[in-house]
Amino acid sequence: MTNRVSYALDSTLDSVNHAESKASEAAARAGFSEDEQYNIAMAVREAAINAVLHGNARDPQKKFFVAYETTEDALVITITDQGPGLDPGALPDPLAPENLMKSSGRGIFLIRAFMDEVRFRNVRPGTEITLIKHVGRKAADKEESQ
Amino acid sequence: MTMKASNRQVSGVTVVDLSGRITLGEGSTVLRETVKDLLSKGQRKILLNLADVTYIDSSGIGELVSAFTSVRNQGGDLKLLKLTKKVHDLLQITKLYTVFDVKDDEAGAIQSFK
Repeated sequence: MTNRVSYALDSTLDSVNHAESKASEAAARAGFSEDEQYNIAMAVREAAINAVLHGNARDPQKKFFVAYETTEDALVITITDQGPGLDPGALPDPLAPENLMKSSGRGIFLIRAFMDEVRFRNVRPGTEITLIKHVGRKAADKEESQ
Repeated sequence: MTMKASNRQVSGVTVVDLSGRITLGEGSTVLRETVKDLLSKGQRKILLNLADVTYIDSSGIGELVSAFTSVRNQGGDLKLLKLTKKVHDLLQITKLYTVFDVKDDEAGAIQSFK
């Protein structure tokens, strides 16, 4: 059985907080532990920040869209902005020595650290990022699947 | 929950007690302004007490890095005190745990500035 809820949100920091809060609720409903709820909510927060700041550039005319879908074995969250598009392959590695002391550039790295699967899609105009966390999947399973 | 910061002087070290969330927006701004204000007053030994910081996002991490760099660039030192497990894990993941001097005991942390 699948359960899907979606929202259209303004490009504001309040919306980022809203998306984070809803992610935490969705993760709790899906049966994730408190630690997992925290990590999922943080991943969504980072994706929402990217949508607002880098995608939509805080343009009040632009929205971003968040969908929370609970399937039998996973929580699937999709965040879509209306920006110029993102090339995830072009992002610098925040762990590289030359980037370690930079004040930004860690958002997508944290999303990847906290979710089981992360997918990007250029939706012209805009970027869709899909975050997947499997229910009951241990960290060791995640490593094996990589 | 918004972030709050209060300062106290202990043996020549400014201890900044932070509480709440260091996140994009108000939390990051409060931290930036607090450190900027201390540096403008010549206070360059800064211990950030994070015991009551419940949450840090990537923006907050960036602000900690910026604060550290600013203080070091002025010949001072900035250390972190009493990380929660979440914040500790975040600094481990981002490989910043070894960049910052992290302390668990305030008295020992104060001593380490000398």
